[in-house]
Amino acid sequence: MGWSQHLLIAPILLPLATGATLLLFDERRHVLKAGLNFVSTLMFLALSIALLRLADAPPAEAEALTRSYALGNWPAPFGIVLVLDRLSALMLLLSAVLAIASLVFSLARWHKAGPHFHTLFQFLLMGLGGAFLTGDLFNLFVFFEVLLAASYGLMLHGSGVFRVRAGLHYIAVNLAASLLFLIGVSLVYGVTGTLNMADLAVRLPGVADEDRMLLEAGVAILGVAFLVKAGMWPLCFWLPAAYMAAAAPVAALFAVLSKVGVYVLLRLTLLLFGSEAGALTGFGGPVLLFGGMATVAFGAFGVLASQAMGRLAGYSLLVSSGTLLAAVGMGDTAVVSGALFYMVSSTLTISALFLLIELVERAQEPGADLLTVTMEAYGDEVEAEEDEEEEVGVVMPGALAILGVCFGCIALLLAGLPPLSGFIAKFALLTAMLNLDGLGAPADIPARTWVLAALLILSGLAALLSMMRTGIRTFWAPLEVIVPRVLVVEVAPIIMLIGLCFALTVQGGALMGYTDATARSLHSPGGYISSVLPKAGVDDGAGEAAQ
Amino acid sequence: MELTLAIAIGALTGSGVWLIQRPRTYQVIIGLSLLSYAVNLFIFSMGRLRIGAAPVLGQGGTVNPADYADPVPQALVLTAIVIGFATTALFLVVLLASRGLTGSDHVDGREPR
Repeated sequence: MGWSQHLLIAPILLPLATGATLLLFDERRHVLKAGLNFVSTLMFLALSIALLRLADAPPAEAEALTRSYALGNWPAPFGIVLVLDRLSALMLLLSAVLAIASLVFSLARWHKAGPHFHTLFQFLLMGLGGAFLTGDLFNLFVFFEVLLAASYGLMLHGSGVFRVRAGLHYIAVNLAASLLFLIGVSLVYGVTGTLNMADLAVRLPGVADEDRMLLEAGVAILGVAFLVKAGMWPLCFWLPAAYMAAAAPVAALFAVLSKVGVYVLLRLTLLLFGSEAGALTGFGGPVLLFGGMATVAFGAFGVLASQAMGRLAGYSLLVSSGTLLAAVGMGDTAVVSGALFYMVSSTLTISALFLLIELVERAQEPGADLLTVTMEAYGDEVEAEEDEEEEVGVVMPGALAILGVCFGCIALLLAGLPPLSGFIAKFALLTAMLNLDGLGAPADIPARTWVLAALLILSGLAALLSMMRTGIRTFWAPLEVIVPRVLVVEVAPIIMLIGLCFALTVQGGALMGYTDATARSLHSPGGYISSVLPKAGVDDGAGEAAQ
Repeated sequence: MELTLAIAIGALTGSGVWLIQRPRTYQVIIGLSLLSYAVNLFIFSMGRLRIGAAPVLGQGGTVNPADYADPVPQALVLTAIVIGFATTALFLVVLLASRGLTGSDHVDGREPR
């Protein structure tokens, strides 16, 4: 074990220390601040890779793949624990990758747009690290608040009327959701007498029948709080506006914030309401399934109707989280594995899209977005026929060509078309859902699965249509060619994110193996529970008497 | 005592919910404050209502847990109050910024026409 055990707390301590240190320097020394932040974020990335390797160690090396870290060495149900398993390691790595991309992008100019960007950035990472690693409901609340408080600051970064107005709504909605979170946590505590997730999973089957309604109410309220974050259909009205208003690097990092909600729902549903939960087995599954389906449909309509690219990206995020919620709601091992693959691929894609939007918008004249939708509606044939001759010889400028290729790749990823990882992700999801393993009798597939499969494919079509419309207007036949000034620092992170999606395509098998293992261990929560509560079920009474 | 507490929580929650749906930012922030008071009281009540029971164990001898109040909700409330204050203060700053930038205290930044 040795010091590698203490690695578990490093993703929380490192950003905390860096963020606090950055506060000490004068705002004018932004080169120093950016340097420190960059080094720290790189270390965060290295840490999360190390943790991923730790969590994915072959079974022969470590008997328990889940590792827990008791803060202050207090035993689990009483003290606070951090828990690392494959899922949390994957989420950490995903956030670290997005953080690097968004930080590099911001170095071009965004980080100077307001004070304390780097500090808030580090605190957001700390909140993310804590939320993914904690094994305790109340600490989940604390880390949620840390990351939300940082995200409020980042959301307003750069200021301006538009941002402040959207930020006001964003903060109000999230504060209200946090209060729901607290109500849910305290109800769960009031019924079960514990806040530790593993302990909760042990105690749930023993809850008396008359208390079950109260517990279900508590869990449902808790769920609403996460669904607001994840953006399930009726609760997502704030999301596109807020993400569109945020500065590009911030929005790119925010792409992972909605996945925090999905992560918690995934973890709690499978841990607490798995097959061993007695009367509570499968609680909330239908809500997630149908809510997720509604979200996909809503998101797809939003994607089609979007006049601004920022809004398009926001609605794509809704489609992605709707897909994930529905997959969690199905609660099947193979589906969850496909969903995890989809989560990685779609988060990288949407993050790249948010970054690209800012660059693309420099190439557009104001109002071009509006035209992409309205011009087709009112027709522009007269104009188009006239200048057909002239446009033959128009050469695409270099910067625009690079942006165009990136845009095309993102469109393919969003739509889930073959050469890229978006296709593998959707294919994995659909295969698992329709269970084509044996190509046996497809008659026993319930209607809702067919509906979800249709929705997934149609939402891809919507994304493709919408991206093509925007792409043609921007790159192929712009009304007026404006060559955007684009720095290498700005294009590099986008290419990196898209490159990662390429790598995911090539290394699809490796990631699929990892997500399969993750889904399997999530579906047998016994390992998680026994590694957090070393004495669970064996000498519970004796252990407590010894305290 | 249960009834008093329940009525207090209900009144606070009711007023809070009504206020956060109002169009003025000041009403929204007061609504959020009231709601967070209600939530704090609610967390307290989840540790069961006890009169005159200490939450901190004394030293020495055997202790009977039944004589003590549940300390966990009190610790939770403490954390929740601190976090609630911080986020409300932050919201207040954004509210002032919005008022300054848009010249209106409407939640949408402009008066409805």
